[in-house]
Amino acid sequence: MTVHLDAAAGAPLHPVAREALLAALDDGWADPGRLYGVARRAAMLLQAATEAAADAIGARPDEVLFTANGTQALHAAVLGTLAGNRRATGFVHSAVEHSALLHAAEAHAADGGVSTSVGVDALGRVDAAEFAAATRENGAAAALQAANHEVGTTQPVAEVAAMINVPLIVDATQTLGHAAVPEGWAVLAGDARAWGGPDVGLLAVRAATRWRSPYPDDDRGPIPGIPNIPAAVAAAASLRAVIAEREDTARHHRALIDRVRAAAAQIPDVEVLGDPVDRLPHIATFSCLYVDGEALLGRLDRLGFAVSSGSSCTASTLEPSHVLVAMGALTSGNIRVSLHRDTSESDVEAFLAVLSGAIADVRDELGAAGL
Amino acid sequence: MRIDARGRRCPLPILDLARHIGDVEVGETITVEADDPAARPDIAAWCRMRRHEYVEEIATTDGTPGFVVRRLH
Repeated sequence: MTVHLDAAAGAPLHPVAREALLAALDDGWADPGRLYGVARRAAMLLQAATEAAADAIGARPDEVLFTANGTQALHAAVLGTLAGNRRATGFVHSAVEHSALLHAAEAHAADGGVSTSVGVDALGRVDAAEFAAATRENGAAAALQAANHEVGTTQPVAEVAAMINVPLIVDATQTLGHAAVPEGWAVLAGDARAWGGPDVGLLAVRAATRWRSPYPDDDRGPIPGIPNIPAAVAAAASLRAVIAEREDTARHHRALIDRVRAAAAQIPDVEVLGDPVDRLPHIATFSCLYVDGEALLGRLDRLGFAVSSGSSCTASTLEPSHVLVAMGALTSGNIRVSLHRDTSESDVEAFLAVLSGAIADVRDELGAAGL
Repeated sequence: MRIDARGRRCPLPILDLARHIGDVEVGETITVEADDPAARPDIAAWCRMRRHEYVEEIATTDGTPGFVVRRLH
């Protein structure tokens, strides 16, 4: 039985999501644009899900859209905001945004726009004044994540928002359901998989924000096609549920994550990454000198623990994580542990019981002992 | 002194560096020629962790980056 400690890549389905999904599969399958009974029922379910999601993030229902997934939410957030604000061509983002957002920035640059990346400090945080200054230079829009998905460090979103006068896109993918969403966003992107929902994304655009769909016209609305109504219903229901239990979950997670960080710091030549305090409650990340990340992932997997890594040897591109590189952190032997609501103290204890031995074994295989 | 770590994947270039840093005198430099994309951040991080000086990145004749490290102790 594997202990899953990779919630940031997708948490197991929340029981509320499962229940809502099953009910909505029966009730919400019809095309909500049609004018007959089951279609009206589907439209009502979508409206209720939209209202619930809006309420959960502090938005109005007419500001919220469901997307196919979190990646599409990020792409539509960036490209739609830039399409709606064409008087300037600059797009400013932090160097540690999710790769989906960076790919949208690359698409903007390939289309003749200018994308500017703002660096971070060793904890992975942008300087608010530096970020705002870069935005004021030639910014049509800016993007700053609520907190980093790899190392957990929170970003000064509200501070930046108060200093700029262009729309601020906030990737709340790892924050929604785990911590309070910061004030100041004009466009917000979320991913239900990260809070125990099914595969569906959330995109919110403040009514006062100019945003235009980056997709071909579709009479269904700005996100093409019929929304996945059962998934939207389950996502909204589970978002409400995780927010209701959030403070308890966060306290539990924070205590466990503090333990992981403290235990990792005791292992020789291990660097614990990210802000120790001002951080997401459920993510801990560290890098190990003289460790092959792929070998360590494999060893932990055989021992029954699923974690993730930003080391280059674990990536399909063979590039190290851009987040770790931007922080100037060691990229070898990188491990990210992320917790979900069902992660128990004994899961984490069992992981910590094998961790230092697993690292030592992998180092021995490389002949790194004593270096 | 130069180390040819071409084709060696992370974390082997920093292992090579760690094995050979003692081969140069304190104050002298050693250059790791490595094409693995993780070598750039990891050699700088190794210098910070082992308290040696990361001097600069140079281009070698075949275009492979060379990372120059000064032994400090």
